[in-house]
Amino acid sequence: MDLSAINPILLLASLMVAATPILLAAIGELVVERAGVLNLGVEGMMITGAVCGFIVATATGSPWLGFLGAALGGALLSLLFGLLTQFLLSNQVATGLALTLFGLGLSALMGQSYLGIRAPAFPDIHIPLLGDIPVVGPIVFQHDPMVYVGLGIVAGVWWFLNRTRGGLILRAVGENHDAAHALGYHVRRTRMLAITFGGACAGLGGAYLSLVRVPQWTEGMTAGAGWIALAIVVFASWKPGRLVLGAYLFGGVTVLQLNLQAAGVAVPVEYLSMSPYLATIAVLVIMSTGRAPGSLGRIFHAAR
Amino acid sequence: MRETLLALDGLTKAYPGVVANRDVSFRIGRGEIHALLGENGAGKSTLVKTIYGLVKPDAGTMTLNGAGFAPADPGAARRAGVAMVFQHFSLFDAMTVAENIVLGMDNPPSPRAIAGEVRRVSQLYGLPLDPERIVGDLSAGERQRVEIVRCLLQDPKLLIMDEPTSVLTPQEVEILFTTLRKLAAEGTAILYISHKLSEIAALCDTATVLRQGQVVATCDPRQTAPREMAELMVGAVLQSPVRAARPEGPVLLRLRGLTAPAPHRFGTALKGIDLTLRGGEVLGIGGVAGNGQDELVAALSGEMPVAPGMVRLAEAEVGDLGVNARRAAGLLCGPEERLGHAAAPDMTLTENALMTGVGRMGLDRRGFLRWPAARDFARKVIAEFDVRTPGPENTARSLSGGNLQKFVIGREILQAPRVLVVNQPTWGVDAAAAAAIRQALLTLADRGVAVIVISQDLDELMEVSDRFCALTDGRLSASRPARGLTVDEIGMMLGGAHDLEVAHV
Repeated sequence: MDLSAINPILLLASLMVAATPILLAAIGELVVERAGVLNLGVEGMMITGAVCGFIVATATGSPWLGFLGAALGGALLSLLFGLLTQFLLSNQVATGLALTLFGLGLSALMGQSYLGIRAPAFPDIHIPLLGDIPVVGPIVFQHDPMVYVGLGIVAGVWWFLNRTRGGLILRAVGENHDAAHALGYHVRRTRMLAITFGGACAGLGGAYLSLVRVPQWTEGMTAGAGWIALAIVVFASWKPGRLVLGAYLFGGVTVLQLNLQAAGVAVPVEYLSMSPYLATIAVLVIMSTGRAPGSLGRIFHAAR
Repeated sequence: MRETLLALDGLTKAYPGVVANRDVSFRIGRGEIHALLGENGAGKSTLVKTIYGLVKPDAGTMTLNGAGFAPADPGAARRAGVAMVFQHFSLFDAMTVAENIVLGMDNPPSPRAIAGEVRRVSQLYGLPLDPERIVGDLSAGERQRVEIVRCLLQDPKLLIMDEPTSVLTPQEVEILFTTLRKLAAEGTAILYISHKLSEIAALCDTATVLRQGQVVATCDPRQTAPREMAELMVGAVLQSPVRAARPEGPVLLRLRGLTAPAPHRFGTALKGIDLTLRGGEVLGIGGVAGNGQDELVAALSGEMPVAPGMVRLAEAEVGDLGVNARRAAGLLCGPEERLGHAAAPDMTLTENALMTGVGRMGLDRRGFLRWPAARDFARKVIAEFDVRTPGPENTARSLSGGNLQKFVIGREILQAPRVLVVNQPTWGVDAAAAAAIRQALLTLADRGVAVIVISQDLDELMEVSDRFCALTDGRLSASRPARGLTVDEIGMMLGGAHDLEVAHV
């Protein structure tokens, strides 16, 4: 065992990369849940995004178009969920679970002829000046653009929820949909928009796996990331700031255990592999204080 | 004659199986306080929802200020000057007062300006409010203030109030009336929905009475006897419950220092409740919702176990026993919420009868249910309490509120309790069914059973109780004989002034 082989700067730098897919998926689900909808199909939307993004990127050679395709793919799948739960009033839990299974199957079908291909390169950007700071530069300012897009989306969601009228209405719909309806707000429309945003974000998160992190397409490559994203939303008490903390904690323990595996620590690999999940949930359970949106998961019937 | 503000002409709205409004016409003048009276299900809510743009009428027209008025949504109604305070508050618990107010406005000022506006309007009308507080932490009276201030910030021409006093103490009602009179004097018309006739006589200029969706009368409530209006609403002659003089029985229930923490964030802790109840006695517990009623019922029923000695049934300590053990010992409870707590909405009446009656009525044998016996029990409840339903195989949800309430109360009464606790036994129940339920409780007491009635309806408590106490913030006042108590004295008790003698000084 050789712990000196672990470079702390590289470790911290890869933390941000490892956290990004979960962060993207979780921030989308956070918005969905703040609107009062529980979409358990994150995993399915992520993997659909992963394959859609991969197909578009290899076809066009542009990772940016790939991400766009992934967002569209995730959003389309989430619209199916929205149609079923908001208009046909199906059960949200069952529909979400079905969406995950459907997404896993659909992505495997779509990706059959893309196995073993490498995705087009998505170069890191080196932010001038900031990227040159010793230690901090390589850790924070020398990543691919999606890392910053992800953080930008989180900041944007925070601003939207807490500073805009649209965000206030979205929270109102999630808190008490009957009252929001009585005041004349469009519960279904708000929720459909939130669901679509959640799907697009999950798609981006999936594509980050297939285009940047791996970067190639394999079946079932999300490997539970969607479920962790769902858990992080709950344990982060539906607050965007804590979401970043949860995602980075998960990313941090993930890269740490990979490094420990490489360094040959005498702990069975299985234990190391489960450690990010355990650590994230343990920390967030201890921290969690928040209360779920009042109408979360409840079916909305426009009262007569 | 006042200048007409809003005229309704021939409004009709039908839902599958029921006509909610049939050819409703009346007019409301500027600065008029107009009462809309009617039983539950008479179509009051549908009518005001039509005015507020939540429901579109099948036929008929509305005229506001001489121009046609057909709001497509509540936003359009608000822009036309119609504001509404809802019966079940349309508030968002997890948000601040300011956020709640902004949500009810169409062109809200900036977040900074709103706090100042809220303070200004609340000062002006004597409705103090802190814009930064979380609504879930407010009392019912304060929550209603939020709704009213939200309406007032938009300078409404017509303010609709749907049963605004059902959650207020008499003092709070007085403050509300002062505000409403002030608004009316400034020219705002108020459409006031209630079934409390004494309030309407005190406040309103005109009353329109609805029955089964139709206008049956328009009268001046100050000139019309309350009993006459009640009979117009019900369409039948009302019977007052009778109670016989009862001998004092042995002590059946004794609470000693009953204390329990709040079960959830918006709950109330019970603080040192003492109580002695004899057989044949009806104790009325008044108080505004959210002062510990649910928690007290949970502590009595066994849903929330407490220390053994805190609750004694006859001489046995039962405080730590669960629901079934207490039922077996003869302490029965009827909780407030009909659908979801007292009855499972999607189960049949037989199944619902089984759920509380299985032990005392012997409806099971060695772990197997005796369905024929359960059906007989349900049929007996239906027959003896005049529950209007085709039969025991119908689901609880399919019954009207009054009928289901008669069923769940009757189900407990037929199990021959020693002590019966009921919470809000006639909430949302029509007058005829309410009278039947009250009579049944009194008859039960005549048989030597100790009865506790928890209610927010003071008229009801005065009608049935031998003794009265007030529950405020989890504390129970000393009991006083109900006969001869004045509304003022009750108000003082509900206001939390436990020692009336001191409070008078």
